[in-house]
Amino acid sequence: MAQILAPTSQWQMKITKSSTTASPMTAKMWGSLVLKQNKKGPARSSTKFRVLATKAEGYTINRLEGLLNLDLTPFTDRIIAEYIWIGGSGVDVRSKSRTISKPVEDPSELPKWNYDGSSTGQAPGEDSEVILYPQAIFKDPFRGGNNILVICDAYTPQGEPIPTNKRARAAEIFKNKKVIDEVPWYGIEQEYTLLQTDVKWPLGWPVGGYPGPQGPYYCGAGADKSFGRDISDAHYKACLYAGINISGTNGEVMPGQWEYQVGPSVGIEAGDHIWASRYILERITEQAGVVLTLDPKPIEGDWNGAGCHTNYSTKSMREEGGFEVIKKAILNLSLRHGEHISAYGEGNERRLTGKHETASINTFSWGVANRGCSIRVGRETEKQGKGYLEDRRPASNMDPYIVTSLLAETTLLWEPTLEAEALAAQKLALNV
Amino acid sequence: MSLLTDLINLDLSESTKKIIAEYIWIGGSGMDIRSKARTLPGPVSDPSKLPKWNYDGSSTGQAPGEDSEVILYPQAIFKDPFRRGNNILVICDTYTPGGEPIPTNKRAAAAKIFSHPDVVAEVPWYGIEQEYTLLQKDVKWPLGWPVGGYPGPQGPYYCAAGADKAFGRDIVDSHYKACLYAGINISGINGEVMPGQWEFQVGPSVGISAGDELWAARYILERITEIAGVVLSFDPKPIQGDWNGAGAHTNYSTKSMREDGGYEIIKKAIDKLGLRHKEHIAAYGEGNERRLTGKHETADINTFKWGVANRGASIRVGRDTEQAGKGYFEDRRPASNMDPYIVTSMIAETTILLKP
Repeated sequence: MAQILAPTSQWQMKITKSSTTASPMTAKMWGSLVLKQNKKGPARSSTKFRVLATKAEGYTINRLEGLLNLDLTPFTDRIIAEYIWIGGSGVDVRSKSRTISKPVEDPSELPKWNYDGSSTGQAPGEDSEVILYPQAIFKDPFRGGNNILVICDAYTPQGEPIPTNKRARAAEIFKNKKVIDEVPWYGIEQEYTLLQTDVKWPLGWPVGGYPGPQGPYYCGAGADKSFGRDISDAHYKACLYAGINISGTNGEVMPGQWEYQVGPSVGIEAGDHIWASRYILERITEQAGVVLTLDPKPIEGDWNGAGCHTNYSTKSMREEGGFEVIKKAILNLSLRHGEHISAYGEGNERRLTGKHETASINTFSWGVANRGCSIRVGRETEKQGKGYLEDRRPASNMDPYIVTSLLAETTLLWEPTLEAEALAAQKLALNV
Repeated sequence: MSLLTDLINLDLSESTKKIIAEYIWIGGSGMDIRSKARTLPGPVSDPSKLPKWNYDGSSTGQAPGEDSEVILYPQAIFKDPFRRGNNILVICDTYTPGGEPIPTNKRAAAAKIFSHPDVVAEVPWYGIEQEYTLLQKDVKWPLGWPVGGYPGPQGPYYCAAGADKAFGRDIVDSHYKACLYAGINISGINGEVMPGQWEFQVGPSVGISAGDELWAARYILERITEIAGVVLSFDPKPIQGDWNGAGAHTNYSTKSMREDGGYEIIKKAIDKLGLRHKEHIAAYGEGNERRLTGKHETADINTFKWGVANRGASIRVGRDTEQAGKGYFEDRRPASNMDPYIVTSMIAETTILLKP
């Protein structure tokens, strides 16, 4: 420090001024450097999303943020497209990016791509290429500008959907004329839990112990009741920016658990929007240094599970006399309970116990305003005689392509035998 | 904001026409990148308009102390993503004062091959997939790995997101934009199979520019990891055991391969490469024998084999190339620490100039 000030001092000695009246820029510059040495942590970002680069010393972190938030549009027409697909477990989201020569509006303008399926459990090493077909475009909230996220599904080189590709079959159902005519709407309530890294214990919970019992946390605020709101709020704006149909968010009953809702979306869009929102959530938790889990029952005991309640209506349900159509749909669903349950998410049996606002996994029930049922119909819908139904069975790790298309299939394309229908109507006290 | 940040980001174009040029060259190990900056009177876009320069070769193991000057010849210009404005990065190669390329200068020989009329006529394209590993500073253990232990086995990390699966994305993403800004032909990025490992691709580039662009991209990556406080490694097998190595797969095609009937040309080229397997392997990077074991998506170092969509082969041909009857092939043998000047020119030499 003394050495650096020496030239200034020499100058001062000639003019016989004190050091406090030295050239303002010099004094301020060294002063701010001294302050910086005492400050810890990354500098504030002036941009929309706080970019948490890997821990670095003091001031230089600004340079990385500058590059991350660089707006390339003055320098090049090229954009970056992040291709996103679902991996071999059915819940792992994967992605990689490529440069595209200019901005695009429609997925059909984007080239097909491929990836190494042997690294995601989706192809053998000697024949590892899996082809990606772009299906939906969203704006990239992390890169900004004209850069995009692309939801894709996966095919063999011959053009067949690979076994884990659930979107292809759903798209077929949604192309059926009967389904198109009924304009099926979906509102999906995605619940999720945040875990601390390394210990995999929920965020905000004491390591080696438990927080106070459920009660104060649902929609709560306060440092002792709400854990991870920054993630939920950042995710909300990121999804709105991206063009995802996110309709709301709330803190959940179990501390460290959150929910957001996507919808109403028509047909196959519901699935695309949910997967895009899940990808964005995984990227945000990655930045925040927190682990995301979609496990349906993360903690055993007197703690709520995580579900993905799916609200559903068709044109007929939304029009006069819709309540009768809803009851007929519930009837159909009751007769295919087993098929639906097996497709509604792995590990759901740990969650659907009949307690903690769920119906038992083996029982099919429905009721107005009843959160302990498989299907809940809102009071408004009952009063108005039209509206929608809420299927409360799907787990948080469900595949929305499967759930939405199965709902459409069972209620619009499938017909039970007359005897089965009559029996079920009796059991459920439904006069249809 | 600190005054230092304001100074670093100062836009000089208001105050002066002068620009800063960062001259970049490869040092004595063949892998260490060196650079220093100088002021030039005004903006330059053509390397031939830049002055030659020199540096102290005795400090980089490239010259003796009593005769230490090594001359830098500017070869390629890129925009400087750190200084912005009209400031530039300059890729150089190195010569004796007598005008001879020094022994570690691999670009000069490559340039000769790429100016051979047969090679020029075939317009060779290269797409290079540069893999690299990020290490924590001081402990030199991969980023995101627990010190003193190991993460869960490979499977969840390839192309993944999440705080427990992707480590260091900020580096990768800022590198992507920085390279696009610089004018480098960066075509994509992805997270790799081993946690803490990443890949970026440069291409398609023609001839010698593939090497220039890859070295510029490597320099920018080294600068970015410096900012992030993380260590960059191009070692081909950073961690022994059931963990993937790092390669620099080189995709290659010539005009004839891209036209109808190209698939036959590709097969002939692959045969020629098979005849020179040992020479190529010797030039494809130090320590490659630790990586090319026949496991972890590699072919054994002593075996030459090729296959369609086969990631366990030395050369892989894509399904779409097989189906279309034309296209390109991927040489999967080069290690992440290969010199792209050597690899690209050698592939061109063996497949175009070699007459068996």
